[in-house]
Amino acid sequence: MAHETNNKSGNRTIGAFGEDAVVEFLRERGLIVLERNWRIREGEIDIVAKLADGTLVFVEVKTRTSVAFGHPLEAINSDKARRLQRLALAWLATHQSLGCDYRIDCAAVLISTGGKYSVEYRENVL
Amino acid sequence: MTLGQSLSVSLVGLEGQLVTVEVDIANGLPGYTLLGLPDAALTESRDRVRSALVNSSETWPNRKVTVSLSPAWLPKSGSSFDLPIAVALLAAQQLIPEEQSRRVLYLGELALDGHIRGVRGVLPSLIVAHKAGITSAVVPWANRVEAQLMRELTIIPMPHLRQLLRWLRTGEREESVELELVSPIQESIYDFADVAGQAPARLAAEVAAVGGHHLLLTGPPGAGKTMIAQRLPGILPELTREESLEVTAIHSIAGGLSTRSPLANDAPFVAPHHSATRVAMVGGGSNAIRPGACSLAHRGVLFVDEAPECDSGVLDSLRQPLESGSITIARAVGTVSYPAHFLLVLAANPCPCGKFSGRGRNCICTSQQVRRYLGKLSGPLMDRIDLRVQVDPLSRVELSGPELGESSSDIRERVVNARARAFKRFASETWSTNSEISSRALRITYQPERCAMNFLHAELDRERITARGLHKIMRTAWSIADLSGHVRPTLADTQLAYTLREGAES
Repeated sequence: MAHETNNKSGNRTIGAFGEDAVVEFLRERGLIVLERNWRIREGEIDIVAKLADGTLVFVEVKTRTSVAFGHPLEAINSDKARRLQRLALAWLATHQSLGCDYRIDCAAVLISTGGKYSVEYRENVL
Repeated sequence: MTLGQSLSVSLVGLEGQLVTVEVDIANGLPGYTLLGLPDAALTESRDRVRSALVNSSETWPNRKVTVSLSPAWLPKSGSSFDLPIAVALLAAQQLIPEEQSRRVLYLGELALDGHIRGVRGVLPSLIVAHKAGITSAVVPWANRVEAQLMRELTIIPMPHLRQLLRWLRTGEREESVELELVSPIQESIYDFADVAGQAPARLAAEVAAVGGHHLLLTGPPGAGKTMIAQRLPGILPELTREESLEVTAIHSIAGGLSTRSPLANDAPFVAPHHSATRVAMVGGGSNAIRPGACSLAHRGVLFVDEAPECDSGVLDSLRQPLESGSITIARAVGTVSYPAHFLLVLAANPCPCGKFSGRGRNCICTSQQVRRYLGKLSGPLMDRIDLRVQVDPLSRVELSGPELGESSSDIRERVVNARARAFKRFASETWSTNSEISSRALRITYQPERCAMNFLHAELDRERITARGLHKIMRTAWSIADLSGHVRPTLADTQLAYTLREGAES
């Protein structure tokens, strides 16, 4: 980990890179991305997308450059899971979409050296 | 398929039940749920299993792992589920052949580096598994001797998770040498030859060994009460294989096999301190019901030194096992019966200061204290004690004599012969030792000679003995008759039995 992952801005760039990767991943699978980095006081939803049948998909993206500190998805503990749930409802409320079908997905992006990356995608995790 | 299964056993006392460990690996956030009423040690298994797998170069699934121990209603405890959980986890990921994980029983705690550590209760678990139709079992290397006592099963002892996995995948094992089941020949350090003098107490010990009569030794400190009690197991017959399995199973649950070899066939000797609680004496505990001192002394000797110093109720809690040869303990987790067929030896000083013997010249206790002291041994308990002997301080002559007493092996030979005689006589009965003859049978079949009965009836008329005492004396008389080779207790046998019972006033 010789590059600039040690500072905050480095982490943010990596996060953005991971989110870009997931957006591409979703588009390839035919989802329409509605919004990115929707932010309110309680937190942020990384990606909001829509399936062909109208189901809304909220995606939390975790990006890592190594698994030295565990699998990226292990970072989502029960507290964080509850927050994702609340944020999703907040989004639905502000967009007058309460009552719509929705699900919460998680994506883990693992960046290896040379700019290669892999996306691990888990549907309906909560 | 993301389902894995393996087998283990959950024990409640000596009984137990086969437990199916199921592992499901589902998509979702990484997590671990353990179902099936686990206790604290079992809940911690997650972290042990995970580290052990990772450190054995296996993968931990970063998915939603659900482990279920069924039957779900049965509370489960202990660390022996680590190994079956690890195996089922690997089976769920198709990393080991499925049929291996489903048919074999697994027991063992995992160390963080993947070593398989010994656990308690291996032998009783294997007995349960055998009854349930299991044919092979993987056990910790540390428990291999105990496990191989169960000859009906194929035992696969394993020191490390890595070796176990190699065997599961390739069928290769480093060492499969059958251990020779030779019981260690232990020279007991306690021999009756060391006991100088004390003829009455020696005789009482011999009679106790023949008939399984309980014994009370009273005498001043330093007279040799403890010496005699310690040497009593040495003159008891060796345990048969069934008895030895029973004893080993109990000690396995209590975790005492480090002090007692699993193969030992000598009678156990258990000497709880007089500060022991009731639970320590009869067994108990809230999570897992552990056997107490009286069960550990099963088929052996339970020795309570300074018996009157025991808290009230502790000795009396022995009354049920003395009567039935087993102890039933009821707790929230269930009701458990442990066998507790032991020979009780109580030792007591004659008074609190211990010097009230002979003429009692040096005793500083008040007469009331003296009277109250032995009175602490309750009537119902004393009633169950057939032999009460006084152990007097040694005189100069006895102590300075050059000749040793009779050795334990000589005495044991006589005891074994006498027991064989009794065993033959009781072939059609439900009991096998003289102390267990029912009072009904005593009146009808097993009466001493006529003149002996006349003597006893005369004593009864003079109110020196009670009806129960009369029966007790008859039982002891049978043991003495067996020792001296008489077909039926003679007058002399009966008189000796009378003296041995009434010898020490209580």
